Amino acid sequence: MIIEHPLLGPRDAAEFTYLGDARLIDRPDWQSENAAQEFFEYGYLRDNPAGWHQELWFHEAGDRSWLVVTRNTLTHEISKVELARDVARSRGRSK
Amino acid sequence: MRYSGFKVLKEALTGHKGWAPAWRDPEPQPHYDIVIIGGGGHGLATAYYLAKEFQQKRIAVLEKGWIGGGNVGRNTTIIRSNYLLDGNEPFYEFSLKLWEGLEQDFNYNAMVSQRGILNLIHTDAQRDAFVRRGNAMILNGADAELLTTAQIKERYPFLNTEDARFPIKGGLAQHRGGTVRHDAVAWGYARGADSRGVDIIQNCEVTGFRIENGKCLGVETSRGFIGAGKVGCAVAGSSGRLMAKAEMRLPIESHVLQAFVSEGLKPVLPGVITFGAGHFYVSQSDKGGLVFGGDIDGYNSYAQRGNLPVVEDVCEGGMAIFPAFGRARLLRMWGGIMDMSMDGSPIIDKTHIEGLYFNGGWCYGGFKATPASGYCFAHLLVRDTPHPTAAAYRFDRFEKGLMIDEKGMGNQPNLH
Ligand SMILES: Cc1cc2nc3c(=O)[nH]c(=O)nc-3n(C[C@H](O)[C@H](O)[C@H](O)COP(=O)(O)OP(=O)(O)OC[C@H]3O[C@@H](n4cnc5c(N)ncnc54)[C@H](O)[C@@H]3O)c2cc1C
Repeated sequence: MIIEHPLLGPRDAAEFTYLGDARLIDRPDWQSENAAQEFFEYGYLRDNPAGWHQELWFHEAGDRSWLVVTRNTLTHEISKVELARDVARSRGRSK
Repeated sequence: MRYSGFKVLKEALTGHKGWAPAWRDPEPQPHYDIVIIGGGGHGLATAYYLAKEFQQKRIAVLEKGWIGGGNVGRNTTIIRSNYLLDGNEPFYEFSLKLWEGLEQDFNYNAMVSQRGILNLIHTDAQRDAFVRRGNAMILNGADAELLTTAQIKERYPFLNTEDARFPIKGGLAQHRGGTVRHDAVAWGYARGADSRGVDIIQNCEVTGFRIENGKCLGVETSRGFIGAGKVGCAVAGSSGRLMAKAEMRLPIESHVLQAFVSEGLKPVLPGVITFGAGHFYVSQSDKGGLVFGGDIDGYNSYAQRGNLPVVEDVCEGGMAIFPAFGRARLLRMWGGIMDMSMDGSPIIDKTHIEGLYFNGGWCYGGFKATPASGYCFAHLLVRDTPHPTAAAYRFDRFEKGLMIDEKGMGNQPNLH
């Protein structure tokens, strides 16, 4: 797999480590009423779809940026790569 | 029809006209007492034990493709019971004991070969961990022996014990571990189940569940609705996809694991050897091919094929410790989809939906578990209580902090 890094261009997937579903960006609010349940679901439950999947990859052997990669789990085709920072900010995190 | 040496001789002398198909090809009935989804090793073993040990009638196994086309026919066939934790070791030892009597039990040659398995040690810390694991195995009635470098050199003279990065400092051996002919496991269980009246229905994909008032009434399939008193799901790598149809999210990610076979060689390798530190393990099949593999690719996948970086990593690991194997040519490679759980251990449990039961999360180690998994799942389906050796494989262990994390990796499926 080749990951089209937004800053560095095409990079071999071997340079990256994989964390998982990009929903991990949406960390629950620790003060919410259902925090325990929300953290359990956040930590342990996954959609695990067969098809398009947004996921977090870390450019460990490169510029050490986190990316959100939209990839098809049935074909390994990659349709979109964004900086995780941009995605997180657009979702209202790290204001 | 019972298979025996006498029968083989008789057929040889009478033109092989007396063999019958090993299982029927029945049409689905409108309703069964128990429907098992997935005709892999675990689904077929479940049906077999339901009929044989728990005297159940009216059972069906629904398989979307052909039986044995999933992981049961794609794995590297290693069986062992060398686990550390209390939640695991009694279960895997129960499984190994079932393997030991399996061929007589289901009257089928599954080529169970207890040729032994050796885990290599490279550091003092690793030795401490392996000693502890060996002791845990012995406490649970399994066998384990710690080998010195000299003993390893004597038994496996082709090993590179002096690798600069990973010199071999000993090993943990389980002599009762070994390999089994994987396809024959699926076929043997299928034949045994079929002969006890189980309907094995191939080319029948489950596309949904009919759930009313919190109770599962049956399954929608590509061959119509099939009603069921109880439904057991055993679809391994497809667990996430299937359970999503019951609106369940699982503590599981699907990942691809690759395996490799070399050209056939004269016997060179007497048992199974795992070089965990180098992400490599190998055995030699009875046909002579070196059967080897390493780590999972590490990203979510349903593609049944992996990528080249892992191929390189596996082959590098192999070359470091078995330099002679570099002369062998690679014949085939393939991938299978692993149901990687959040703690690396499986789940055999009821769901919150009445009548719907789940078996999955087997990671890359579910082949060895096949007999016990089938037995324990059948026990749960019939008695509604877990089998004592599978009591820890609960859905709620993640919520309650009762993880069974052999490797201590945490909730990161690609690291287990
Ligand atoms: C390369 C590789 C090497 C491995 N090596 C080992 C090893 O050495 N030792 C070990 O212990 N384990 C090993 N494993 C793991 C082991 O193979 C699996 O954990 C185990 O086979 C899974 O259980 P199963 O046999 O029931 O799965 P499968 O054979 O995959 O059965 C699941 C079945 O469900 C069917 N199915 C899926 N969805 C549906 C649906 N909607 N409707 C109907 N049917 C459906 C599939 O078609 C499939 O036939 C390995 C796996 C791989 C891929």
